[in-house]
Amino acid sequence: MSKHHITTTINGDEVDFLCETSQTLLDVLRDELHLTGTKEGCATGDCGACSVSLDGVLVCSCLVLGVETGGKKIETIEGMADGDELHPLQRKFVEHVALQCGICTPGLLVAARSLLAKNPDPTEEEVRFGLAGNLCRCTGYQNIVNAVLDAAAEMRGA
Amino acid sequence: MRYEAPTSVEAATELLAGGKPEARVLAGGTDILVQMHMDAIAPELLVDIKNISEMRQIESLDDGYRFGAAVTGVELMDHANFCRTWPGVMDGVKLIGSLQVRGRATVAGNVCNASPAADSVPALIAAGAIATIAGPNGRRDIPVEDIGTGPGKTSLENGEILVSFFLAKARPSSGGAYQRFTPRTEMDIAIVGVGIDLTLGDDGVCTHARVALGAVAEKALLVEEAAATLIGTKVDEQALDNLAAAASAACRPIDDKRGTKEYRIEVAGVLARRVAAIALSRAKSAREK
Ligand SMILES: Cc1cc2nc3c(=O)[nH]c(=O)nc-3n(C[C@H](O)[C@H](O)[C@H](O)COP(=O)(O)OP(=O)(O)OC[C@H]3O[C@@H](n4cnc5c(N)ncnc54)[C@H](O)[C@@H]3O)c2cc1C
Ligand code: FES
Ligand code: FES
Repeated sequence: MSKHHITTTINGDEVDFLCETSQTLLDVLRDELHLTGTKEGCATGDCGACSVSLDGVLVCSCLVLGVETGGKKIETIEGMADGDELHPLQRKFVEHVALQCGICTPGLLVAARSLLAKNPDPTEEEVRFGLAGNLCRCTGYQNIVNAVLDAAAEMRGA
Repeated sequence: MRYEAPTSVEAATELLAGGKPEARVLAGGTDILVQMHMDAIAPELLVDIKNISEMRQIESLDDGYRFGAAVTGVELMDHANFCRTWPGVMDGVKLIGSLQVRGRATVAGNVCNASPAADSVPALIAAGAIATIAGPNGRRDIPVEDIGTGPGKTSLENGEILVSFFLAKARPSSGGAYQRFTPRTEMDIAIVGVGIDLTLGDDGVCTHARVALGAVAEKALLVEEAAATLIGTKVDEQALDNLAAAASAACRPIDDKRGTKEYRIEVAGVLARRVAAIALSRAKSAREK
């Protein structure tokens, strides 16, 4: 069966790939494009480890097919740091020790960036609701919430 | 597996009516992709409806709202006026999965997936939502309660597709609400869901009500006997007791790991009281505006 030829923009660069109909965006990112920062925790939409932004909307890349992404803009964890310069959210995750094994971290960072783009000054409750689709089995969430609130304050220049 | 993304409703129905037994509409994919991953389904053709512009619109019309079958949960949540007008429907939509899931999931997919526990369905039924269905023989309008027939089953015929939902202009002094009961607070499946819409007259007496129950039968139920306990009352304690009894009486649930039959029947009554109280307070505040 012939593969689909898809053209997208990933982290600002135009990217072409070939995929089968059944391959998810997560499969394409990891297996075809070797962008392995996006993680697979469940492949069924439950854990959020595969979170990316698709035309500015936070989605689980395991619930999107590669063929659905033609002409779309995708942002992944690989586009977050500016060269060696970490994004404030990344820096605060390190400072607050908001990770242990790290499997959930890329998804949480992408979700947190999406949250702060919509709401630069969230309450703790808003952060918890905003990140409810991202499961972490290690940290207990408190340090993650602290890191996001701290990064938000820094990004506001507060 | 073939993938097609037609740009018109007619092209979509033609593809679906092509006689392939395993052809599926692909909306947000949040049910389909999981079912494919679990090997529960193996479609030969996916017909993606997200490039059909008619199905992507949220339109405010003189006589109500119409929103397309490919509109996502997040798009509805970002539509401030729709949210203000239909808070009960939005109670249901906001419960569908996580933010990530709602970034893709559609209300039409929630309805057509036909889970008896689908959260937007009782809310839509209570609001009196009408679905426009297109197929090889043209278009027809049916109330949402006539779509689901059992777990995973709908009344849609071969080649038919849900195009959009219509919500008639809300009556003055009306309010709606939906709540579900789940073992966990988030990301869980309802063991009971209750949607209620009610309208108050000038004297505060309820003139119109619709009560819908989810997860307590093979499909979401519109329970007229429960609505009748509210109409003609001020939705006082006595009316709420009668409502709870009527809601419990309408249940014909299953036992499963989330809850026993007895539990679901009991909870349906308790939840109906709570939801009616929220709908009442929304109707009152609509009247003050
Ligand atoms: C992690 C997770 C959590 C979830 N939590 C909830 C929850 O709390 N509550 C809840 O109710 N649901 C939940 N869901 C289920 C799912 O997200 C919803 O049912 C969603 O609304 C489905 O919409 P969709 O657009 O993704 O549908 P799809 O997956 O695209 O389609 C679902 C079904 O409907 C059919 N279909 C879709 N659109 C049409 C149409 N226009 N005409 C005819 N047939 C059509 C498809 O062929 C398919 O059979 C959850 C899912 C996930 C992955
Ligand atoms: S891998 Fe996509 S949500 Fe878990
Ligand atoms: S750090 Fe291990 S799952 Fe979050």
